Amino acid sequence: MSIAPLRLVTADERGVRVPASASRPVVESETQLRALLGGLSGVDAVGAEARAAKLATRSLKRSTKLAALNLAISMVDLTTLEGADTPGRVTSLCTKARRPDPSDDSAPSAAAVCVYPDLVEHAKHVLEGSGVKVASVATAFPSGRASLNVKLLDVRDAVSAGADEIDMVIDRGAFLSGRIGQVFDEIVAVKANCGPAHLKVILETVELATYDNVRRASWIAMLGGADFIKTSTGKAGVSATLPNALVMLEAVRDFAEVSGDLVGVKVAGGIRTSKDALRYLVLVNETVGESWLTADLFRFGASSLLNDLLMQRRKQRTGAYVRPDEFSGD
Amino acid sequence: MSEDVTSPLGSMVYDPAPESASVAHLRPSYGLFIDGEFTDPDSHTSFETVNPATEEPLARVAQASSEDVDRAVASARHAYEKVWSKTSGAERAKYLFRIARLIQERARELAVVETLDNGKAIRESRDIDIPLAAAHFFYYAGWADKLNYAGFGANPQPLGVAGQIIPWNFPLLMAAWKLAPALAAGNTCVLKPAETTPLTALVLAEILQQAELPPGVVNIVTGDGTVGAALVEHPDVNKIAFTGSTEVGRLIQQRVAGSHKHLTLELGGKGANIVFEDAPVDEMIEGIIDGIFFNQGHVCCAGSRLLVQETIADEVLRRLVRRVDQLRVGDPMDKNTDVGAINSAAQLARIEELTQYGESEGATRYTSSCVLPDKGYWFAPTIFADVSQSHRIAREEIFGPVLSVLTFRTPEEAVAKANNSNYGLACGVWSEKGSRTLWVAERLRAGVIWANTYNRFDPTSPFGGVRESGFGREGGRHGLEAYLDV
Repeated sequence: MSIAPLRLVTADERGVRVPASASRPVVESETQLRALLGGLSGVDAVGAEARAAKLATRSLKRSTKLAALNLAISMVDLTTLEGADTPGRVTSLCTKARRPDPSDDSAPSAAAVCVYPDLVEHAKHVLEGSGVKVASVATAFPSGRASLNVKLLDVRDAVSAGADEIDMVIDRGAFLSGRIGQVFDEIVAVKANCGPAHLKVILETVELATYDNVRRASWIAMLGGADFIKTSTGKAGVSATLPNALVMLEAVRDFAEVSGDLVGVKVAGGIRTSKDALRYLVLVNETVGESWLTADLFRFGASSLLNDLLMQRRKQRTGAYVRPDEFSGD
Repeated sequence: MSEDVTSPLGSMVYDPAPESASVAHLRPSYGLFIDGEFTDPDSHTSFETVNPATEEPLARVAQASSEDVDRAVASARHAYEKVWSKTSGAERAKYLFRIARLIQERARELAVVETLDNGKAIRESRDIDIPLAAAHFFYYAGWADKLNYAGFGANPQPLGVAGQIIPWNFPLLMAAWKLAPALAAGNTCVLKPAETTPLTALVLAEILQQAELPPGVVNIVTGDGTVGAALVEHPDVNKIAFTGSTEVGRLIQQRVAGSHKHLTLELGGKGANIVFEDAPVDEMIEGIIDGIFFNQGHVCCAGSRLLVQETIADEVLRRLVRRVDQLRVGDPMDKNTDVGAINSAAQLARIEELTQYGESEGATRYTSSCVLPDKGYWFAPTIFADVSQSHRIAREEIFGPVLSVLTFRTPEEAVAKANNSNYGLACGVWSEKGSRTLWVAERLRAGVIWANTYNRFDPTSPFGGVRESGFGREGGRHGLEAYLDV
């Protein structure tokens, strides 16, 4: 079994006191990994869901709401993952991400555009100089059902095309049949092939089924070198939910305390309204704290969400709602 | 385990999100509710009820005299003999369903009145108190025509006139807990709300009028302890139901002794929340926080004694202290407030006195760094660590946002410490191991035991204590027994 990449962590201005010998814990064997996961606390489903529901009642008003809407816009990974994607479609998405509200200079850009590997080069070209990142799904997304070689080729392809971020999927089949060493090794291998690109590891929570599994998979991903852990592909019915995000946020918080490393969280799929997005920001704020309230550490994978954020932002600034057609479709 | 994440959790500042006080529609003064009508407020001496968060007066409320109590009991007796005992269960159910729906319709108003009068956070009155009050009426409405099947034999009979004295911590909810089963079983009632929190009961009186409940079936008399005493001593009352302090409960039991009156008491507690090392940590921390800081700790079943296994004591304390600091304390009308105001100056003084003992007896104190408002009655959420079984803060009910943390080594010791109390209302057990949870639960001397949760209430579930926490059950099928001659 391979060894997790050692990453020395520098003191972080985002507000985390970093232990002197900071590094990700080293995993030397599957037995050790199993023991480590076994030592994690269980998740009580009723309690986790109740906590998420309680935080969903928070009420953001006035300047808090405007700040949160701006923050949410800056955290959007504007996504198109369709068989019918074309360079033209990607161009319009990139234009949108760069300047979501052309009538208002103060509106922030989205964080990234998320596409399939073959469209990375094109997206990169269109977004040049904008600061908007290009994320690419890889590793036989969304099912992950391919050999490791094919997955790594997929990754290298996207990275060499200039992808800033790689969104990989874990092997859920291996996880569910107990081959956690294989899941871990794949993440390590993908990370090693990412070069400078950031790695987001998609857990596909709906297929993991239990919160205990979501917590364990989060730890496997973080130990394997993930820069982000991500809820879903958006291709498997139920996608991100508040309780799943809560469990993952607790995992990144606990991991930061052990390793000093701040791992990001991306919620993806099914988040369409500003109200939903603000609930996630409250969850982040009250579970891991303000340190994570930045596009470096929290993202929304979404497409239609962006326009609702823009509309609510306009309402917050002018006091009036505008027609949906005020904002471009993509 | 390395150092803490320094960025305080929940540090993003939320702008105020106040609920509107104007929806309360309070009247300047309230009379008593007797025989289906409000009496003229000017015909009574009166007292002011204040908003504990601001110390501003809300309304003037009548102080009932012993003659008023006589009239209320006579009205209830008349309604019992002439109307309610002759009303079929199905008909009684209709009224109860109607009351439940009206509570739902006026939920926002009731929540605001409750928060103004009591000081509890609007989130709790909106999401817990008022919906649960409606749920109790719905639940017992369902029983009213099925009493033959409640397990008390064929045709169980009501007791007659019930005198019901309720506390200030959950004013409307306690009124619902008392009235709903009593009415479903066919009794008529004289309800005495707490002196500091009479307003939601008086709004409920308006709802009873709206529901066209026959006059006299429910009467509401407000005032101080003398009103409750008059009700307890009244010769024509068949049943006394009391929720409140053990001290007062003891007096009531003495006075009722030797009379024909039926009695149920729901008194104080010093709930033990027992945490084993295999507990689901994040939910357990939330459960401990909810267990003690829910409703400012003004909860008879509050998990005010945390018994934590020594192996994880440091870790649990570290997480608890971090979490306590995150609680949003302040304006109860703000929708984001977690912990509101202490209900009265007297209660605040009691909490302050007992916490003084905590420090002088050598416990280690952690207090939330929250900023408390200048006016009103406030107490910052507080945790005492290194508490011993012999400390006063481990034995006496503080009835405030103060948690005492003790440790144990084995399940046997946990049970022994939990049971080493005069009270026996509620306990919590936190473990992912079902067999251990059951082993512990079987040995705890308490009326209510929660597993991997705390302070969860449901009308279908009986609630009540043993030993100095009282006797009798409220809620569920068991709750009917307190109002039936069985």
